[in-house]
Amino acid sequence: MNRETLGPIGYLTLAAGTVAAALLSLCLGSVNVPLAEIWAALFRDGDYRAIIVNVRLPRTLVAGLMGAALSLAGGAMQGLLRNPLADGSTLGVSAGAGLGAVLAIALGLTVAGVSAVTPLAMLFAFLSLLLILALSFRLDYSLSTNTIILMGVIFSMFAGSLISLVVTFAGERVRTIVFWTMGSLAGSGYGQALLLAGTLALCGAILLSRARELNAFAIGEDNARNLGVEVRRVKLTVLIGVSALIGVAVSVGGSIGFVGLVIPHMVRMVAGPNHRRLLPACLFGGAAFLMLTDLLSRTLLSPRELPIGVITSLIGSVIFVYIFFRNRRVR
Amino acid sequence: MLEVRDLTVRYGDLTIVDRVSFQAEQGQWLMLAGPNGAGKSTIVNAIGQGVRYGGSVRFRGRDVAKLKAVERARRYGVLSQAHPVGYAFTVEELVRLGRYCHAPRLLQERSREDRRMVEQALVLTGLTELRSHSLLTLSGGELQRAFLAQLFAQDPPLLILDEPTNHLDLMYQRQIFDLLRQWLLEGERAVISVVHDLSLAKAYGSRALLLDKGRLIAAGPVQDTLSREQLRRVYGLDVYGWMRNMLEQWEE
Repeated sequence: MNRETLGPIGYLTLAAGTVAAALLSLCLGSVNVPLAEIWAALFRDGDYRAIIVNVRLPRTLVAGLMGAALSLAGGAMQGLLRNPLADGSTLGVSAGAGLGAVLAIALGLTVAGVSAVTPLAMLFAFLSLLLILALSFRLDYSLSTNTIILMGVIFSMFAGSLISLVVTFAGERVRTIVFWTMGSLAGSGYGQALLLAGTLALCGAILLSRARELNAFAIGEDNARNLGVEVRRVKLTVLIGVSALIGVAVSVGGSIGFVGLVIPHMVRMVAGPNHRRLLPACLFGGAAFLMLTDLLSRTLLSPRELPIGVITSLIGSVIFVYIFFRNRRVR
Repeated sequence: MLEVRDLTVRYGDLTIVDRVSFQAEQGQWLMLAGPNGAGKSTIVNAIGQGVRYGGSVRFRGRDVAKLKAVERARRYGVLSQAHPVGYAFTVEELVRLGRYCHAPRLLQERSREDRRMVEQALVLTGLTELRSHSLLTLSGGELQRAFLAQLFAQDPPLLILDEPTNHLDLMYQRQIFDLLRQWLLEGERAVISVVHDLSLAKAYGSRALLLDKGRLIAAGPVQDTLSREQLRRVYGLDVYGWMRNMLEQWEE
């Protein structure tokens, strides 16, 4: 097979898979809705209208959009940093966003009567990015990848310890916090879906338009510079795009691990490393994966709901080990 | 064509390149020679804007530090010494990236000219049959040729090469050097290259710089610059005697 090609048929398959995952996610749950009833529920007035329109559709949308966002961010980071173990959280932004959300929960903050979790998480995500970049710049004007990864890891630990500190003093809210840090899409609404869709449209366009530059980075930063890529500017653009995606995703659904790491990996095995094909394919792959894992999280031990982060990490780490072993054997 | 004046590179207190000045004119093949740690690769990196430097580098009178990256890449191309490759891009994808500076926008790619240059670069470096192979499966020499092909596709009038025949078999060493000599004749072009093999430097270079510990020791026509006395001084070894000695191994 020519590794370069992921033709129209490949994309159609991916899109069909994503739609199938969405339909499954709409049909199955505490109440199983027959496939034939979905259409009626959505556009006319079937028996299941309430559950489909008010609960499952927004949740499915949020899961799909969030999966696409996380996976796109991971794919872009792995190319930019030329490191297959990078993902959106490597940058430290997701830890920062987590800190904001945990603070909002612990202090019971509200904005105009609504919980302040999402706005505070986004604010903290943005502040973390500023801090990390400012520190990296001071340390190393050329913004080398090693500096960025190091700052990201250190900042994540820092934010993690602050989260633990907040948890210690959180009293009876600990349960909510812990549940949140494991990731949850319960109670997702159309507002959150809209927020995700807007961010994804904007940042996705920015990242996809840098596909060729990312290819050059994935081969090597020196090579990118020699080819005529504005290395520093592209790096900044991609970092900002990725952190906006991560910040919004975390603020909506908590820290959901492994999606940004594993999905681009798997997609790369099918679509090859060229970001012009890899990034669009990541969107589909991530969306389908997270819709299915969300489905598992709410049906596996129904009526109890499992934190989605636990499922993604469980599945993700197993897949990851499998990929490692497979590659080792091939070489 | 390229004028380097008082180029200085420092890492902290350490001076790697110390006020080096030289120029490369059209039609010339300038060889940078000198023992390990002489600063040859650092000079190449500085010209490629990969490290911060003092002094100035001008291309046809224009300060290259003020050029946009794309404009710079259209004027000169740099081949780095090492090629760490992380992902399974194909040879053709790598070579095609060489056309980036001619059409940096996303949907501009692959004009007829682009395709022609990519094909030509693949043919010149003998990589046509390996075009759809993954970079991860190439040998060191094949990888070196793939990056050279990328440079040919980029097609700038000045090539700056850090050990272009690194990892290459004798056959390809000769082929690449003949290729570059031919390329040089086909227009208003110049080559600057770092070489370890002084015989190659003498055989192919028109001018040479001899460097030692970051300083320029001598510059001028190859035969004068790489003279017996100068080489003895810089390498601490009678290079001429040694080379003749090595050559004797081949007499039948």
